[in-house]
Amino acid sequence: MSTPLLVLVLLAFSAVAYYIGRNRALGAAGSGKTRLHSLPVYYGAYVALWVGLPALAIIVLWLVFEPQIIHALLVSRLPEDAQALEPAQLRLLINDIKNHALGGITSTELTPELSAIADYFASLRTNGLIGMSVFALLAAAGSLMLGWRHVSPEFRARHHVERAVRVLLIAASTIAILTTVGIVLSLLFEASRFFARESIFDFLFGLQWSPQTALRADQVGQSGSFGAIPVFAGTLMITVIAMLVAVPIGLFSAIYMAEYATPRFRAVVKPVLEVLAGIPTVVYGFFAALTVAPTLRGMGDSLGLDVASESALAAGLVMGIMIIPFISSLSDDVINAVPQSLRDGSAAMGATKSETILQVILPAALPGIVGSVLLAVSRAIGETMIVVMAAGLSAKLTANPFEAVTTVTVQIVTLLTGDQGFDSSKTLAAFALGLVLFVMTLGLNVIALRVVRRYREKYD
Amino acid sequence: MTDVLAGRSLTDDVAIAHLNKRHRRERRFKYYGLAAIVAALAVLVVLLSTIVGTGYTAFQQTYIKVEIAFAADEIDPQGTRDPDVLRQANYTAMLRQGLMNYFPDVSGRQQRRELSRMLSSGADITLLRMILADPDLIDTTQTVWVKAGADIDSFNKGQIPRDVPEDERKVSDQQIIWFDALVARGALEKRLNWNFFTTADSREPEQAGILGALMGSLLTLIVTLLLSFPIAVMAAVYLEEYAPKNRITDLIEVNINNLAAVPSIVFGLLGLAVFLNFFELPRSAPLVGGMVLALMTLPTIIIAARAALKAVPPSIREAALGMGASPLQTVTHHVLPLAMPGILTGTIIGMAQALGETAPLLMIGMVAFIVDVPGGFTDAATVLPVQVYLWADAPERGFVERTSAAIMVLLAFLIAMNILAVFLRKRFERRW
Repeated sequence: MSTPLLVLVLLAFSAVAYYIGRNRALGAAGSGKTRLHSLPVYYGAYVALWVGLPALAIIVLWLVFEPQIIHALLVSRLPEDAQALEPAQLRLLINDIKNHALGGITSTELTPELSAIADYFASLRTNGLIGMSVFALLAAAGSLMLGWRHVSPEFRARHHVERAVRVLLIAASTIAILTTVGIVLSLLFEASRFFARESIFDFLFGLQWSPQTALRADQVGQSGSFGAIPVFAGTLMITVIAMLVAVPIGLFSAIYMAEYATPRFRAVVKPVLEVLAGIPTVVYGFFAALTVAPTLRGMGDSLGLDVASESALAAGLVMGIMIIPFISSLSDDVINAVPQSLRDGSAAMGATKSETILQVILPAALPGIVGSVLLAVSRAIGETMIVVMAAGLSAKLTANPFEAVTTVTVQIVTLLTGDQGFDSSKTLAAFALGLVLFVMTLGLNVIALRVVRRYREKYD
Repeated sequence: MTDVLAGRSLTDDVAIAHLNKRHRRERRFKYYGLAAIVAALAVLVVLLSTIVGTGYTAFQQTYIKVEIAFAADEIDPQGTRDPDVLRQANYTAMLRQGLMNYFPDVSGRQQRRELSRMLSSGADITLLRMILADPDLIDTTQTVWVKAGADIDSFNKGQIPRDVPEDERKVSDQQIIWFDALVARGALEKRLNWNFFTTADSREPEQAGILGALMGSLLTLIVTLLLSFPIAVMAAVYLEEYAPKNRITDLIEVNINNLAAVPSIVFGLLGLAVFLNFFELPRSAPLVGGMVLALMTLPTIIIAARAALKAVPPSIREAALGMGASPLQTVTHHVLPLAMPGILTGTIIGMAQALGETAPLLMIGMVAFIVDVPGGFTDAATVLPVQVYLWADAPERGFVERTSAAIMVLLAFLIAMNILAVFLRKRFERRW
């Protein structure tokens, strides 16, 4: 029985259990329904939970641990010399065996010895699946009996059901924590494997980034160097260009929207501006590569400047455009939150509107604006598709925005979409970069959220 | 005071000049704001018009009319009508013969090859499909409109200029002569390109469509919705209705806010390390893509759902509790139904975000070139934005318009989803 089918069967089983439990409660109550402690549905739900939850837990546990167990069993069956292989090659071999058993394509012909192991794998899989199905169904049947026996008019079914639901709710809300923990652990784990091979000092302060590693031991000049400074510098340059576009335009539109615009103008223009935020980044990337970069190149040519077709300027400009609505809507909120009394006070002193804005409102709103700019910076650093499509691949340490530079996210994508083994320094380097990216954006977010929150408390 | 009342004086002129200066500055400042908005809107217009301008041509495709003689001794000499036999026949030769009928004086291998290159390399499949669908066509002569090659298509749409030297364009002078002859005979025309919506990806621009990517997006979004909606609603209900105010709930809250701002590519790295390498789930599968996107959209939906729950006035809860409802009954019977429009709006916005997301899916291998339309959650698949990315990278001229067209389809879906969200909000939102 396949897993989805099994889950469906279990769900059907639970539905049946619901009716069994409800009817038993009604039956036990006899003619006087009021003798029941809870509504009949709760008795049904109680029995259904008893049937569904343990069996589903068994299935989930099985799905989580099955690959590991099977892997260990297969490795133990391998001949001695195969067991001594590098982890990467061992994984490849095991994959071959599995593919052979499943009728897929294998990278090499398997020896009879190995195809025997493949057969063993196939039998393990079917037996495992049968075992799990039997086990889960038995558990369901057993707990049906248990739940059924609990049902009696005095039984406080509602309390039990509500407690179970509460546990379920708590479990759902911890998924956010689990996700963070998962991100941190997986990045730390893979990055630590990278730093076991390459020095962390060279990574953080090295000036040479060329992640091509040698495929064979005897190759020369391809040892790969992982000095990430040029990558960081490229990220910084594109982010700065993006901010130079986004901050003035975003801030001025926010000021106009909040202080000058008529309600009708606002009602029309604000949603239209927010369309910019809803456009997928891959569209911006296409726009940058197809339109902006060639235009800039042409303008550069006519001015006698040498503009690369993947210039940092093109990527930065388009990224800035993407970020405009981000800054404008956040700043708009912040400016609107400045109390009206400050404006009235300033106007009463004879200040013009622009003087009020520049000398009263902006200083009052500054923490919030800084917070929104920080959030925008973190967004620009983490933005991927625009730079993947419009920025360069080679890491060059330059301050010239007309040249092609690369960014952290571009490197992560190129390192991981190539066909390299998972255990090479090249792919692990992507996780090290990912860790840096995560730490940087997390830091910016924490600071920004704190700044914004502190500011909000001041005026609320 | 008396000085001022005495009429215009020197100091007055200075004051008026100063005031004018201040007013000019005021106007200037206002125009800066307006200019910023106009600039942003102008960019939006340029962006959209570029996409539409380069993309609308992809909804049409050049077709060439050919007379095909389905000779029985070529296709099915034994007369078995066995599909396997029918598949063996050389339909390319029939197409070439059909074209040669227009131009009997074409000779030499070089010219013949050039002539047959005017047709799409997949045109023979069209003939095969016709024969498989209706074997009675054998031994008849049919007029068939088949797809032109990508270069002829681009030439017909004016994307390849006529007045440049021959070696700077992909269409040869001889092909242009044939092209004009075909147009003059009415044997070449642009037709609606249904193919774009009914086929999956291909290496040949004229045969490539978005059906595969659309199906991939649909499957991925189903997984995302099934996972993120219930989990987000449960988490929001717990945090809003049950959770005591303590360290742990505070931690969860901070966590959710931070997760909402984590770069999407980091979720891709998580998916690669945990789902693919640890749990050994299949690569490139909508299942894994949906799981990654679910984790990514979870914070968005939770935040929206909490806001919707918060908007339900406490009096509703108090009334329900006062009538003897249990906390769970209060939530499921009263609070959740009232908050549902808001939650659904947030969910749709989260789904729109997931639909447009590309980067994390690159990490889990959904960038593969896939010719088949995916049929299940574990089939290798790609999604619409990734298809855009793949086509944007393709060197062939014909893919530029298709990239833009795919973007138009993607934007159409996003607009539809957002309109639905706005409609839900407008229609069901209650102010208390």
